[in-house]
Amino acid sequence: MAEFSLPANSKVKIGNTHKAPEGAKRVKAFKIYRYDPDSGQNPRVDTYEIDLDECGPMVLDALIKIKNEVDTTVTFRRSCREGICGSCAMNIDGTNTLACLKSIDEVKDDVKIYPLPHMPVVKDLVPDLTRPYAQLASIEPWLKTKSPLPPTDEERRQSPEEREKLDGLWECVLCFCCSTSCPSYWWNGDRYLGPAILLQAYRWIADSRDEYTGERLDQLEDPFRLYRCHTIMNCTKTCPKGLNPAKAIGEIKKLMVQRM
Amino acid sequence: MESYEIIDHTYDVVVVGAGGAGLRATFGMAQEGLKTACITKVFPTRSHTVAAQGGVGAALDNMGEGDNWKFHMYDTVKGSDWLGDQDAIEYMCRNAIPSIIELEHFGVPFSRTEEGKIYQRPFGGHTLDFGKRMAKRACAAADRTGHAILHTLYQQSLRANAEFYIEYFAIDLIMDDEGACRGVMAIDLATGKIHRFRAHQTVLATGGYGRAYFSCTSAHTCTGDGGGMVVRAGLPMQDLEFVQFHPTGIYGSGCLITEGARGEGGYLTNSEGERFMERYAPTAKDLASRDVVSRAMTIEINEGRGVGAQKDHIFLHLEHLDPDVLALRLPGISETAKIFAGVDVTKEPIPVLPTVHYNMGGIPTNYHGEVLSPTKDDPDRVCPGLMAIGEAACVSVHGANRLGTNSLLDIVVFGRAAAFRAKETVRPGEPHKPLPSDAGEFAIARLDKMRHAKGGTKTAEIRLDMQRAMQQHAAVFRTTELMQEGVKKIQDVAGALPDIGIADRSLIWNSDLVEALELENLMTQAVITLTSADLRHESRGAHAHEDHPDRDDENWMKHTVMWLDDKYKHKVMYRDVHMYTLSNEVEVVPPVARVY
Repeated sequence: MAEFSLPANSKVKIGNTHKAPEGAKRVKAFKIYRYDPDSGQNPRVDTYEIDLDECGPMVLDALIKIKNEVDTTVTFRRSCREGICGSCAMNIDGTNTLACLKSIDEVKDDVKIYPLPHMPVVKDLVPDLTRPYAQLASIEPWLKTKSPLPPTDEERRQSPEEREKLDGLWECVLCFCCSTSCPSYWWNGDRYLGPAILLQAYRWIADSRDEYTGERLDQLEDPFRLYRCHTIMNCTKTCPKGLNPAKAIGEIKKLMVQRM
Repeated sequence: MESYEIIDHTYDVVVVGAGGAGLRATFGMAQEGLKTACITKVFPTRSHTVAAQGGVGAALDNMGEGDNWKFHMYDTVKGSDWLGDQDAIEYMCRNAIPSIIELEHFGVPFSRTEEGKIYQRPFGGHTLDFGKRMAKRACAAADRTGHAILHTLYQQSLRANAEFYIEYFAIDLIMDDEGACRGVMAIDLATGKIHRFRAHQTVLATGGYGRAYFSCTSAHTCTGDGGGMVVRAGLPMQDLEFVQFHPTGIYGSGCLITEGARGEGGYLTNSEGERFMERYAPTAKDLASRDVVSRAMTIEINEGRGVGAQKDHIFLHLEHLDPDVLALRLPGISETAKIFAGVDVTKEPIPVLPTVHYNMGGIPTNYHGEVLSPTKDDPDRVCPGLMAIGEAACVSVHGANRLGTNSLLDIVVFGRAAAFRAKETVRPGEPHKPLPSDAGEFAIARLDKMRHAKGGTKTAEIRLDMQRAMQQHAAVFRTTELMQEGVKKIQDVAGALPDIGIADRSLIWNSDLVEALELENLMTQAVITLTSADLRHESRGAHAHEDHPDRDDENWMKHTVMWLDDKYKHKVMYRDVHMYTLSNEVEVVPPVARVY
C-alpha cells in the first residue's frame, strides 16, 4: 500500500515553550505555527502560556499580548480588531476564522493557531493571498452597464426590494476563510474560483443595476471556475461574518440551468 | 551599514495609502492618463475606511425636507467651532452632491428609500435652516457605509487598471535641496527589498494617528505614517491639538458604535436613568456635535452619575427601537455589541464611553490637496511635489471638531480634488529632473538602524507609555497643569526611543521592525499634539481647556502650525483661518456662540 507523507522540509517540528509568569492563575497555552523562511529550518509549533486574567477576551488579544510582551518575532496580520477588515484570518482550533472575533473561552483545550490552510506561507501566520486577489480581479468585480449614465446629479433608482437582494453578499470582508476551508479549492485552487470569489461574482449578478449578467454567467460557465463547487458547505459553516457563499454559488448554478 | 538592493520606479504620481482618499485619488489620476502607483501597507480593502459605519454627508434632499448644501456648509463651520477654512468647507459641501452621486454610479450598495433613492438618516450636528431642525443628510449603506464605499473604490481601481504595490511600507519622503518632494522610499514586506519611487507628485493618504492613544476606535494600523514622514522632512503639522472623542466607543474594547444609532432614535442615559443630553443640548439633544456629547458624558461620569460597578461609563439605548429597524438599518453594530459587549441590543443598553476616534489636524493643505509649507510672509505657500488627503491632511474642513459623516465625505471629495489638481499640474510622461545623488539614503539608514536596534526596551513598552501619557494628558477635558505635565512626560517617553530593541532581524515580513517604525511616526504626532494643546489658551471644539473655558476669537481664531526636529524640539507658528468663501453664492458664516 502506498504511503503518503509530507516532504522532509515541510514536517512541523515541536518548537519552544514560553512558560507563564509565576503566580499566573488562569493559564492557557497557545500553540502557534512558526515558519521563518530566512532560517532554512522546518516549520515548528511554539507554545506560549498566557495568564488569561492579564489578557483581553479574543484570540487576537492573546496574539498581540504574545507579540508585545513575550516574543516580538511572532508574525501575523491584523488591523481593525472588530471583524470588518478581514486581516487576521487564520485557522484557530481547527476552524478558519478571524482571530479578532474568536473568543478564547470558546476553545476548550489548548488554543492551536495555524495559518489559513493550503496557501503558501510567507512567514508564521501570514499566508500568500496573491492568487485569490488575482481571481477577484478576474471576475471584473465592478458595476457594468450598457445604458447611458444618469445625469451627474441623479442616482440610479433601485427599489428597497431590489437592494435587499444584495444583503448577505456585499458584506463579505475578503478574509478568504471560506475559500481556504474548501477541499475543492485546496485541490483545484488554480482553476476553481472558490467560494469567496463566487460570492462576489453573484453580488454583481444579483445587482439590479448591473447589465452584464449574461456575460458574467458566460465567464463562469466552465467545469472548473464554477463547477468545482461540490456543495461541501465548509464555506458557509466557517464564514466568520455569517454569510452563505454556498447559497450564492447555488443561485449561480440555478441561473445557468434556467438559461439553457 | 549593510547594502540593500534598491529597485527604482518612475511614475507621474505616487499615492501612499489605499483607504478611501488614496483609492479615489489613485483611480482618478489613472483615468486622467497619469502613470500612477499606489503604495499601501495593507491590502486596500483592509484600510480603516472600511470601519466607517453611519453614512456620508451630502445635501441630496432625498428625504424631501428642503435640504441644501448651504445648510451643510453652515453646520460644518459651526461644528468646526469656526476653526475650519470656509473656502474649503464651501468646496466640500458643494461638491458633496456630485461626489456621492458618482459613488452610486460606481456601484456603492446604498440603502434605498421607497422611491429608490439613496437613503439618508439624521446625524449629529446636521440641521436644516441654519440650526432650526435636525436634517436627514447621512447617505447610508445600512451601518457599513465605509465598507461599501471602500470596496467600491477598490473595484473602480481594478477597473482603471491602477498599479498597486501592496504590503509595501513607506519609510520616508525623498526631498531635494529646494524643499521639493521628489518621491518616496518604501520596503516590500514580502521580500524586504527597498523600492525608490520617483514622482512629480507624491500624495500622502495615510490616515490618522489614533493609535497614539491607549483607547481608540482606530485600527492597529492607524499610526500616522504620512505625518511622521512629513515631520522628518522638515515640514509642519497643523492643529493636532484637536482630537475627536467619539461619544460611543464600546466600554472596554473601544469598538465603534455609530452615531447613526442615535440618528435612528437611540439615546444616552446616566445612572439615574436620565436622558441627560436634554440638559446640555436642548434642541439637538443626543444628536449634538460629538465634542458636545463627549463632554456631557464625561461631566456626568465625573459628577458620579456614570453607570456600572465603577460608575465609569454611560448607557446607549436601542432596545426601544423596532427590531426590524435594527436588523435593516443597524445590523453591524448589533453584531458588534453582541460580540464585544455581550449585549443583545433589542433587550439591553450598550455600555459606552467617549473614545478617541479622529484627528481633525494633520498635514496642512489647500483645498486642492497641495501640502503647505507656510512662512510668516506666505502662510499659504505650497510645498512643490507633495499632496495630502483624507484624515492625514488638515484642509481644514473640520476645524476644531468634525461632524459625523464628514470624514467619508472628506476622503471622496478631496481624493477627487487631488486627481483634478494633478491633471492640471502634471503632464503625463513629463521627464523627471535627476534625483539628488543621496536620494533615499536617509530612509535606508533609518530602516537599517532600526532593524539592528539592540536596546533594552521593547517597542510595545514605549508605545504603551506614550499611549498612557496621551490618554491621561490630552483627554476630553484639559488643564494647564495636566498638559504641562503631559508635555514633560511625552518628552521623556520620546527620549526612550534610542533605547528601543527589536528581535526580528529578517527582511521577510518583519512586523517587529514595522511596528518600531510606526512607533516613531506616532511619537512625532503625540509630541506635537500635547505641545500644541498646551500652547492653546482657549476652549474650542474638541480642545476643552478648563483654565480657559471660553472660545477666544480675538486671540485664537487661528491654526497652530508646528514643526518638530529630530530631538523632539518644536517650533510654532500660527496661520489665519480662511474667513472667506470660494464663490459669491454663499456668505461667510460669522462666528457666534455655539449652541445645539
